[in-house]
Amino acid sequence: MSKQYLLGNEAIAHGCLESPVDFVSGYPGTPSSEVIDILRVQGERGYHVEWSVNEKVALENALAAAWCGVRALCTMKHVGLNVAADPLMTSAYTGVTGGLVIMSADDPYAHSSQNEQDTRCYAAFARIPCLDPSTIQEAHDMVRDAFALSEEFGLPVLFRPTTRICHSKGDVTLGDVKASTRVGRFVKDPRQYVVIPAHTRILHKKLNEKQPGIKRRLAESGYNTCSVKGRDAVIASGISATYVQELLPDDVSFMKIGAYPIDEAWLEEFVRRHEKVLVIEELAPVVEEVVRQVAGCVTVHGKKDGHSPYEGELSPRAVAKIMESAGIRPKIQFVDADPLPDIPPRPPIMCAGCPHRPVFHAMRKVFRDGIYPSDIGCYTLGLQLGAVDTAICMGASVTVGSGIYHSGEESDIVSTIGDSTFLHTGIPGLLNAVYNGAEMILVILDNRTTGMTGHQPNPATGVTATGEATIPVSLEAICRACGVHFVETVDSYDLVGLETAMKDAKARPGVKVIIARQPCVITARRAGIKRGRYRVDPDLCTGCGLCVKFGCPAIEIAGEKPHISDLCSGCGVCAQICPFGAIAKEGRR
Amino acid sequence: MSPGYDVLVVGIGGQGTILASNVLGEACLIEGRPVKGAETHGMAQRGGSVESHIRIDGEYGPLITPGTADIIISFDLLEALRYKHYVRPGGKIVANRHFVVPTSVFVQGAAAPTEEEIRARLGDVGLCLLDAEAMAAEAGSPLAANIVMLGAASHFLPLSPDSLRKAVEKLVPQKTIEINRKAFDLGREAGAGCRE
Repeated sequence: MSKQYLLGNEAIAHGCLESPVDFVSGYPGTPSSEVIDILRVQGERGYHVEWSVNEKVALENALAAAWCGVRALCTMKHVGLNVAADPLMTSAYTGVTGGLVIMSADDPYAHSSQNEQDTRCYAAFARIPCLDPSTIQEAHDMVRDAFALSEEFGLPVLFRPTTRICHSKGDVTLGDVKASTRVGRFVKDPRQYVVIPAHTRILHKKLNEKQPGIKRRLAESGYNTCSVKGRDAVIASGISATYVQELLPDDVSFMKIGAYPIDEAWLEEFVRRHEKVLVIEELAPVVEEVVRQVAGCVTVHGKKDGHSPYEGELSPRAVAKIMESAGIRPKIQFVDADPLPDIPPRPPIMCAGCPHRPVFHAMRKVFRDGIYPSDIGCYTLGLQLGAVDTAICMGASVTVGSGIYHSGEESDIVSTIGDSTFLHTGIPGLLNAVYNGAEMILVILDNRTTGMTGHQPNPATGVTATGEATIPVSLEAICRACGVHFVETVDSYDLVGLETAMKDAKARPGVKVIIARQPCVITARRAGIKRGRYRVDPDLCTGCGLCVKFGCPAIEIAGEKPHISDLCSGCGVCAQICPFGAIAKEGRR
Repeated sequence: MSPGYDVLVVGIGGQGTILASNVLGEACLIEGRPVKGAETHGMAQRGGSVESHIRIDGEYGPLITPGTADIIISFDLLEALRYKHYVRPGGKIVANRHFVVPTSVFVQGAAAPTEEEIRARLGDVGLCLLDAEAMAAEAGSPLAANIVMLGAASHFLPLSPDSLRKAVEKLVPQKTIEINRKAFDLGREAGAGCRE
């Protein structure tokens, strides 16, 4: 036992080591990524750990391991669960013998996501248990115990921390890391693992029959707790429960929900002892719907009568407002304090020397009236450069491009996708575009890593999650195998090369692929690559502003003329942009 | 108000706000006090505005409510202004006097704010300004500016300077312990002048 100040995801990873876990797979996605990033660098590992190519692949691998009787963890962000939804839904039918915990991290307020979906709805949809921690300590304890719970039910368990758990910190009491003695053995049982119609109808019935037992067991698990104090009650789930606890008056009852499905009889007993019940939870009204089913004549407040929002994340202030609105006076009265107006925004931007920026620059030049479908990654920030017209989900740059083409739209279509995203779900879209005769260009922004989520390796990098050398797949060969004839690879820092390849591609029919390759500037810096700094010669500079419009954070304006700060990574692209030859490497003149 | 002491550390992605918040958390552990925190990860870190919440003696959630922070430690003067509304009446702002003009300002051709303008708008709070870069350079590395800031803020934190020093030594890379020790002390010296 020890106490440490840890990130939520660090505490979760440690909980897995205490369980202990035997198999780990997942795909990076904020706010879930650090769990595997920690598990993959542990010195003595008694478990297999991998970054899989996507969440469906990750979950199927983990499910198979759990069928063999070992404990498996599969991590992803909430939208990754959509990709894994196919195996998820039927894994509830086949069940598991070893514990299978699926961590799907939700992101209320979409801090780093394309939507605000609620993983708890998936658990209800698949009819499997779901654990929803309210503190980091609870996240640690829940995941540690979730494997045994999964084995007890013979079902996968969804574990659903939110951003404010994964990326919060706290003092956490940790247990000892254990070594596993389990070895996987596959025991053939076609009626369990071959879901032909005759089998699956029976499996579905069995899944439904498990439900009452799950509810009763979870009611005893200690994750759902209550204390009766008065005639009014607040029921809260997840992180919101901690906000409520800080604000709850002494004469108001409190119930905390951390495990689903909720036992209706247990819930009803609590609700019926009150006159008024307020439900506070982020995103979907999952708890509220059950409360309303059992409430009878008790007044219920929540999202459905407008006291609480369906969207965004909650905060102590938001919770205080909901309580006031529902007629429960919070213990702390916050005064309104709003940000000052007119402060120049500082949104995230592509780094100085980011290899994506010159590609977008060239694209905008060659395809002035082009349509630019894009994808999920750092390069979505190309929006700021006017080079991203669509972004919906992983892999959709290619498919949106071909869909736009087949609609009859006649503009040039230039899609952008990162290397990891292409390998994740981009390949089927490319295959489909070629097969069905689309006319478009796909630019693969190959920065040799999964940049946005913290630089995880992928199959094109030739390194596994644990740092072992593996066969690097060739993006060029994949594209050719998909039927693309025009596949050109260019250095992302070579503007002339990029423009030439783009003009070439523009002149040809069918689906064309340009692979713009240059390592992510952050990994390059960490690898010790030093290119020297560039500077502006004020005598040659005319102050035309073209370099400033390029949008590199290293280029500032000092007085009339631009100046290159020490953020410069030496990519040299601005020197290629300057029409007056005023930018050169330091010390070259 | 909550019985604990709430610290908001703000800056720009890459300036070391996360290390600074870890030092505060570690110092709490050293003193055996509960602590909660929250921070910015993922894409928002790419040169964007970042915030770390640290609730010393925190028993509940990790988020600090605007208008209730006991202190803001800002690694960039403009960010101090952006988060000024978090500080409680009578609270403190310890800020680096330098700031980075957001790239968006240049790209849009807008006028960049000046240090005087920002200071004027920060005006009515207990402000402690320091030249973190210069002190970090004096200590031996510009990367130690975050520890300089903690040293300056240490006068106002309910943690002993010894616990903070121990936490710094535990968390910074082995090779840089001496530099960071010096950075902390230089900051602490500079911050002494800010006490009433």
